[in-house]
Amino acid sequence: MQNGNFLRNIWIIMKREFAGYFGSPVAYVFIVIFLLLTGFFTFYISNFFEAGQADLKGFFQWHPWLFMFLVPAVAMRLWAEERRLGTIELLLTLPVTVTDVVLGKFLAAWCFIGIALALTFPLVLTVVYLGNPDLGVIFCAYLGSFLMAGTFLSVGSMTSALTRSQVVSFILAVVACLFLILAGFAPVTAVLSGWAPMWLVDLVSSTSVLSHFASIARGVLDVRDLLYYLSVMIFMIFVNGVILQNRESA
Amino acid sequence: MIEVRHLTKQFGNHLAVDDISFTAQKGEILGFLGPNGAGKSTTMRMITGFFPPTRGTVIIGGSDILSQSLAARGKIGYLPENAPVYPDMTVGRYLNFCAEIRGFSGTAKTQRVDETLDRCFLAGVRNQMVNTLSKGYKQRVCFAQSILHDPEYLILDEPTDGLDPNQKHEVRLMIREMSATKAIIFSTHILDEVDSVCSRAIIIADGKVVADDTPDGLRRRSAFHGSVVLTVTGAATDGARKRIAELQGIASVSVVESDGDRTTLRIFPDDPAVSVADRVIASVSRDGVGIDEVFVEQGRLEDVFREITTGK
Repeated sequence: MQNGNFLRNIWIIMKREFAGYFGSPVAYVFIVIFLLLTGFFTFYISNFFEAGQADLKGFFQWHPWLFMFLVPAVAMRLWAEERRLGTIELLLTLPVTVTDVVLGKFLAAWCFIGIALALTFPLVLTVVYLGNPDLGVIFCAYLGSFLMAGTFLSVGSMTSALTRSQVVSFILAVVACLFLILAGFAPVTAVLSGWAPMWLVDLVSSTSVLSHFASIARGVLDVRDLLYYLSVMIFMIFVNGVILQNRESA
Repeated sequence: MIEVRHLTKQFGNHLAVDDISFTAQKGEILGFLGPNGAGKSTTMRMITGFFPPTRGTVIIGGSDILSQSLAARGKIGYLPENAPVYPDMTVGRYLNFCAEIRGFSGTAKTQRVDETLDRCFLAGVRNQMVNTLSKGYKQRVCFAQSILHDPEYLILDEPTDGLDPNQKHEVRLMIREMSATKAIIFSTHILDEVDSVCSRAIIIADGKVVADDTPDGLRRRSAFHGSVVLTVTGAATDGARKRIAELQGIASVSVVESDGDRTTLRIFPDDPAVSVADRVIASVSRDGVGIDEVFVEQGRLEDVFREITTGK
């Protein structure tokens, strides 16, 4: 398989996915809900204006929790819908590899979430207008948020390949994402540190998106954090491909 | 040529397809028949590479579907059962996607899409969303994607299912038109279709090939093949019947229906290949009995199908 074909196939599949997103209400509903919720949490729960600080901490701190629900909602249709409609039969009998298709669909969904994330730019403009924020930190936090969304998406894409029911896929993905968050959530690690050795606590919390997200969101771009996100994504996408190749029914 | 070699598929304990082998040459339209659940769709899914066989393989024009999957799949056009199409796209964009992923670009791509739209009578719905189309149109859109890249091999799983009689006719015409340069395998429940379209038919039951013959050859297997059906009127039919039974080359005569002075007889010859109609007619007219209707039964595919697949 030549490289050119590989990239071309992925690109064609991404384009089709995008046409599908914007050909149905899914895309618009997702973007509007995402923007409304981030706005609500930032302004009413985190009290963005009253805090009197020119940063976006109060905005980014909600992302793991929002993505935990919203990303599986995007991911659940990736494969479950194809299986339900039967279109998977056409897709996987095209002269393209499973890798092409899995990556194409994943990247399309990730870009789509990226668009929703980019549409929060008025918040950045607001802090720039109001104060003098560290734009490097904000950029890092966006990157971290985007990577976290990709991680959740890879989990959701994998669970979506397991079933033809979008509901089942959604629930499995939410639970898996919840686990990925809670493993590093302070109250959970506190319970663990009461009796477990320190290395175990560290190990558990290092499997969490939360701890990796926290350090990126502070503006620390550590290779280990990037590696964490990328390795989870690659692993999940790989499992996704294996599931598809070993499926015994439509 | 499509070469199906010892194809076997096992789902858990259930043997869905059991050692099926056959070939389909270019120029041939192969009808794929069998009761529901006989393994037709499973076989087609293995031929198109949708899932791997438990044992055996398929060679598509020299490319093995397992080891040279992409090359093999590139030569196939596939219409799956129930004709699935993405609902949230327009017809034009969908076919555009199919053309791109099949390697067409630029003007060649546009030309392909335009041609296929015309050919499948879809030009009028080009900019319509698929989910607003009727079943017949969806079927045609899916059919369109299967022939878009002018594949050498066409695998069609119930291509006329859910179409009205006119659309069925159109699809059959299209299949026949294309058959000169392609090998076509299509499954169907409609036995008339086999007659009007196929050059050969394979019947499978319980995952095994139970018949592989031309439609005429299949018909010849009917118990009624070559029998003469004769409807006579008048009072003296009993005598006429006895005299027919005594004629040379007649095995037996049975009464199909008797309604007042109209009687329908079925006359079985000793050898179905030798026509006895002449002799029967001559004998009846000698008796002065009026002939209402007479024809030589070719045998009905339905009867043969039932006999082969159920053993009754």
